[in-house]
Amino acid sequence: MRYESPTSTRDAVALLSKEKGSAHILAGGTDLLVKLKLDLFEPDLMVDIKRIPAMNEIKKTANGFKIGAAVSGAKLGENKALVKAWPGVVEATNLIGSDQIQSRCTMVGNLCNASPAADSVPALIAAGAKAIVVGKNKRRTVAVEDIVTGPGSTSLASSEIIEAITLPKRPPRSGDAYQRFIPRTEMDIAVVGVAISLTLKRGVIKKARVSLGAVAPTILLVPKAARAIIGTKLDDDALEKLASACSAACNPIDDKRGTVEYRTRIAGVLAKRVARIAYTRAGGS
Amino acid sequence: MSSVLVSTKINGDVVQFACPPDETLLDSLRNRAGLTGVKEGCGTGDCGACSITLDGQLVCSCLVLGVEAEGRDITTIEGMADGEKLHPLQTQFIENGALQCGICTPGFLVAAKVLLERNPKPTESEIRYALAGNLCRCTGYDKIVRAVQAAAKDMRKSRK
Repeated sequence: MRYESPTSTRDAVALLSKEKGSAHILAGGTDLLVKLKLDLFEPDLMVDIKRIPAMNEIKKTANGFKIGAAVSGAKLGENKALVKAWPGVVEATNLIGSDQIQSRCTMVGNLCNASPAADSVPALIAAGAKAIVVGKNKRRTVAVEDIVTGPGSTSLASSEIIEAITLPKRPPRSGDAYQRFIPRTEMDIAVVGVAISLTLKRGVIKKARVSLGAVAPTILLVPKAARAIIGTKLDDDALEKLASACSAACNPIDDKRGTVEYRTRIAGVLAKRVARIAYTRAGGS
Repeated sequence: MSSVLVSTKINGDVVQFACPPDETLLDSLRNRAGLTGVKEGCGTGDCGACSITLDGQLVCSCLVLGVEAEGRDITTIEGMADGEKLHPLQTQFIENGALQCGICTPGFLVAAKVLLERNPKPTESEIRYALAGNLCRCTGYDKIVRAVQAAAKDMRKSRK
């Protein structure tokens, strides 16, 4: 294996596109180095993106936030403006692993690792986040829900890099939240994860996005679940419809963490809790 | 695989070593820099025995490559005591019997030090969450938590 640590996105893309063998991008390494250790694979070239200045920044822009691909979970949690605007995105990312992992792990790494149980991804999808993808001759902007195509696989070409994630500007009276179910209190992988982002007008939900994790091969955006609460004040009837829509969208596996039946049921239960938190954060009562 | 020359700072000293690009920083620290206080538990980032700080951030050195240390600033358990004078955390771990086999201890001490630098007066719950990335199979954690609380108190006193 060779190791390179370029200082610009352009150089990183050039290294990837020139490579004849296998290449892999190294961000926080909290998934990648485990795979290396377990001898699951070893690329011919590893491209470390942490020395690229643009990838280490959290920028507040006219259109919202731009978060570099190498920004760690810990750094997200320290950014007060981001925590205020997108508490759900930050709390979801901060749930990944221990403090040791938080110092390294990144949202983009979590996304590109393409686990169905990734914690930050439902929150990003609910938020309407976009990935800025840089390739050899072009840049493109891709909705986060279109990046992952299946467990461990993405729609990115081998020479493409996600440079940053953008989060849209927040209208007033907006809130987001993420919760996951795990049998322990910490340090675990989601059995079910639910993220909801919504915007209110006079206490009525005007816009909403609902995303479910760990209940299907990829993380789901569930427009039907959003429609169940749009136009409501999140009354009991709306919450029940939200829960049913979430459970109906589930297509999970049976494994040691949870059965199909259990995951399907819990998705609805969690969705109700998460919707209440997002609603309260948006200033609803 | 050809080795790469890495220049880094460890516990205040400039250190150079050559390592293959796929070697973990944990192995570089132990086998090339001779810092065997850094322990390997799981090697996959779950147990925290290999905890160090990298540019002030608490990390598992098993999840960092040796080559990534180029130009960085590292501290390990070896940099914790001031010569013969133990750090208050080390003293209180001994006083409270917060270790038995000792493999997890360097990682706990490094992680607890980072916690107390950020939060000089943590609650029990804050200590337990902050140390959730460090596993101990001997003590049952209570003695570790008590040692951290006692050290925090000592450190607050000495600051006054």
